[in-house]
Amino acid sequence: MTVGILIVSHSEKIAEGVVDLAGQMASGVTITPAGGTDDGRIGTSFDRVTAGLAATDSGDGVVVLCDLGSAVLTAETALDFLDDEARARVEIVDAPLVEGAVAAAVAAASGSARADVAAAARTANGETAVADAPTSPADATTSGPYERSVVLVNRDGLHARPAAEFVKLASRQDAPVTVNGKDARSLLAIMGLGLTAGSTVTLSTPDPAGRPAVDALAELIESGFGET
Amino acid sequence: MTLGTDWAVAWVRRAAEVIAEHRVELITLDREIGDGDHGENLDRGFTAVLPKLDALPGDSTPGDVLKVVATTLISTVGGASGPLFGTAYLKASGAIAGRAEIDATGLVELLTAARDGVVLRGKAEAGDKTMIDAWTPAVDAAAAAAESGSDEREVLEAAAAAAEAGAVATESLVAHKGRASYLGERAVGHRDPGAQSSALILRAAVEAAR
Repeated sequence: MTVGILIVSHSEKIAEGVVDLAGQMASGVTITPAGGTDDGRIGTSFDRVTAGLAATDSGDGVVVLCDLGSAVLTAETALDFLDDEARARVEIVDAPLVEGAVAAAVAAASGSARADVAAAARTANGETAVADAPTSPADATTSGPYERSVVLVNRDGLHARPAAEFVKLASRQDAPVTVNGKDARSLLAIMGLGLTAGSTVTLSTPDPAGRPAVDALAELIESGFGET
Repeated sequence: MTLGTDWAVAWVRRAAEVIAEHRVELITLDREIGDGDHGENLDRGFTAVLPKLDALPGDSTPGDVLKVVATTLISTVGGASGPLFGTAYLKASGAIAGRAEIDATGLVELLTAARDGVVLRGKAEAGDKTMIDAWTPAVDAAAAAAESGSDEREVLEAAAAAAEAGAVATESLVAHKGRASYLGERAVGHRDPGAQSSALILRAAVEAAR
């Protein structure tokens, strides 16, 4: 499953820039720019949005992110012209364009379904992703929660690319994992931790079955994400 | 005197003329409380409609005419007014689909659907200092006129007069939608450009009904 992402902006350059930025962290995801008017002026184009929707929907759905007000109106109008089936696969998300697009792209790259990609975009509004970060300890009789601390070795800290890689791996785990108390599936929450080289990263899960998930993520951090 | 396709075409042509004539005025209004592109955008949109009117098949209904306006405005305007007026014309077209002649009741249905389209798209309410503040009084006045037995031209006249008064009344309002809402109290004293262009377009509908 790969959900596509459509970037609707008043500016052709902004749309293309956001696509470049988000695409860098999410190879294999169709991210389409729909910026500017038909003749490249500032504004939004119904035709560009309509063509963008068609080019972005592979059948797994599309998450649409917009900048200023009338971009939303244009996107909603374009949706009105889709048939019911196609429209049901598209979701316009109210989130900051750049941060929302990056978070959505990473979620889409990890194979998340449309609702989860949309939720990831909304984390840019300060909302929690997929589910609340797990905090309650599991039942103590079933071997209990599991925690492991590792040291971040990357010279530049947990910057965008390794953070994206980390979130993709976390999103593929069944058990919920937190990183220093933040949801491991939320790119923006992880990046918000500001982890620099030498930081101690504590991974934990309340779910006894989450032990392999914590170990896999800990090993990824210890590996330095392929950077030296 | 019901109104047919000739009226619908004449309305659109007159609206294009009036928008072109008031282009600078609309730009000025929008520059005061918005981004200054309203007059230019709307002028471009209506200008793009004109050649499409000539290409309409001979058996086109008034609803067909309004649908061409809708799709052209949506795809050429580029600012918020494209989807807003486009949706208004699209819903209006749907309300009178298939009818060759529009009577007074039909006009009320047309105007109501147009207003509902703007509300659906823009999610504004009466008093938010938007084009709704021209459209809603226009719909109410048209409905009252039709109920009291007015003919088509009188219904349109009532709508246009109410829209004009509604546009003037936006001057005292604080904006709650669109770019003007960023200005807070500073928008007070300025007329909403979308309400003004709505009033111009409704006046054009009267003038087309001669």
